[in-house]
Amino acid sequence: MKELIERLGTKFPVNETVFQRDNLTFITTDKIHAIELITHLRDYEGFSHLVIITAVDWIEEGLFQLTYLLNNPKLKVDMGVRVMIDRKEATMTSSHHLWAAVATYQRELYEMFGIFFPGSPRIKEPFILEGWDGPPPYRRDFDTKKYAEDTYFPRPGRETHDPAEHMKEKMYPEGS
Amino acid sequence: MLKFENDRSKYPEKNADGTNIIDLESGKFLKIWQGPIHPGMTGNMSLELIIQGDEIMECKTHVGYLHRGFEKLMERRRFIQCFPICVRIAVPEPDFNEYCLAATIEELAGIEVPDAAEWMRTLLLEMARLQSYLAWIGGQAGAFGMGIIGQWTIWARDLVLDRFEEISGGRIYHMHMPPGGVRSLLPYGFEGRMKDTLDKVSQIMVDVERVMFNNSVFKKRSVGLGYIDPLWVEEYGITGPNARGAGIPKDVRKDYPYLKYGELDFEVSLGTDSDAFTRADVRRRDILTTIDLIRQIVERVPKNGEFMAEVPNVLHWKIPKGETYIRSECTRGEYGYYTVTDGSGYPRRINVRGPSYTHAIALMERMAINLNISDTAGVMSSLHTYPPEVER
Repeated sequence: MKELIERLGTKFPVNETVFQRDNLTFITTDKIHAIELITHLRDYEGFSHLVIITAVDWIEEGLFQLTYLLNNPKLKVDMGVRVMIDRKEATMTSSHHLWAAVATYQRELYEMFGIFFPGSPRIKEPFILEGWDGPPPYRRDFDTKKYAEDTYFPRPGRETHDPAEHMKEKMYPEGS
Repeated sequence: MLKFENDRSKYPEKNADGTNIIDLESGKFLKIWQGPIHPGMTGNMSLELIIQGDEIMECKTHVGYLHRGFEKLMERRRFIQCFPICVRIAVPEPDFNEYCLAATIEELAGIEVPDAAEWMRTLLLEMARLQSYLAWIGGQAGAFGMGIIGQWTIWARDLVLDRFEEISGGRIYHMHMPPGGVRSLLPYGFEGRMKDTLDKVSQIMVDVERVMFNNSVFKKRSVGLGYIDPLWVEEYGITGPNARGAGIPKDVRKDYPYLKYGELDFEVSLGTDSDAFTRADVRRRDILTTIDLIRQIVERVPKNGEFMAEVPNVLHWKIPKGETYIRSECTRGEYGYYTVTDGSGYPRRINVRGPSYTHAIALMERMAINLNISDTAGVMSSLHTYPPEVER
């Protein structure tokens, strides 16, 4: 893996490398070169299997971390490509042309984190949250408890009865 | 004499960008919804189908009927509190969630799991695979009109669930693999009872092979149905039996031996034709492999010894900053957890990679085109998808 990282370093900016296990390495690159680097890994280094694309919200630093986890089925190694993007302008180049499965991940990231991928197919179609008009719910500043309390409680028109009194009224309306 | 005058490949007509021209007002097309409550659906999801005659022209998958926000919930829970949540992500096989979550936490916290616990985990994962496959056969056979197969295999699955109940106290959610090891070793006399169960399941599998796989209706309807091109495997991220049916030997147990799989003797079942029948046959042979694996494991599980590593007080457990990804082979393919920690007592992010994520959305939408509407359920079952993995 070290040779591969050195090789990549000559072509692309590789800022931080973490050797997590023998077969799992994380590298960080910048937003401009990320898709180029991923395309290079897929086409020339054998990382043909896309495992996941996901985001991590580092709200304290005002950043989103996008992780593209790629797998090389021949060498049996994984590489996580991390890209830090600005939280306020959460836009990233789309990579839907690389794998057919990418568009689904990007649709989910747009819906859940509000990260926009211009040109990605059906990006603005609701995916999991049909009919949702709130903020992207997987962002750290979205408070699930507060949202639920504001939206769902108290339910207007809900009546409660004391069971003993209620049954007494129903069964003996005359009070006998 | 019946004559087909029109060239079917011309319908529907295309726009310049390759999309179909579909005018529902023209009366040529009909939009129907299959699901979310439909006997042919694998769980709570729906297909929005545009059909012409009985042939599907366009398909859109809709999920979200079961969204409970597991990943978000786990960000607000301590690591041990994530444990009862994660099992709910895949109801028929919660053990893979348990293992992946526990393994990511152990790796990030630097905990080494005792040998006996690894054997127990391997056993539990194989038992989970067996019971999940037994539930699946019923669905696959039912999609082609054979209700009896499901009745047999659900009975056999209940026997496996009895064994789970003996070990963990739970039938569906076992929660037996907390970070650090397992909650217990095997109960007294378990080996004999497991052997009885496996003998009965093997007998059922002989019957299933005779009645289902040699059935002319099943063969006629499933051979050639739902073809997956081997070239799609990387493009769509296809794993598990769906890839193995296309002749691509993808099995995490062999490729990245975890737990004790490196010490066990088994072969990966492969198919060549890549249709619904082949995938069903791959899964049937997988069941036989699993039965054999359970026999091997039960013989080798240590009867006593340490089964839980020392872990800190779980209510005050802080894990150093880091990130990792752990995968395992579930019945449907690669199941993985990507866990990020930030040094606090809570996970920063847990992302679940369920194999259905790619199989049920992008792949299904492609495979549905030109499918006969009555075969949709069969194809869905042959992909073996669970919507909760997509929605998390």
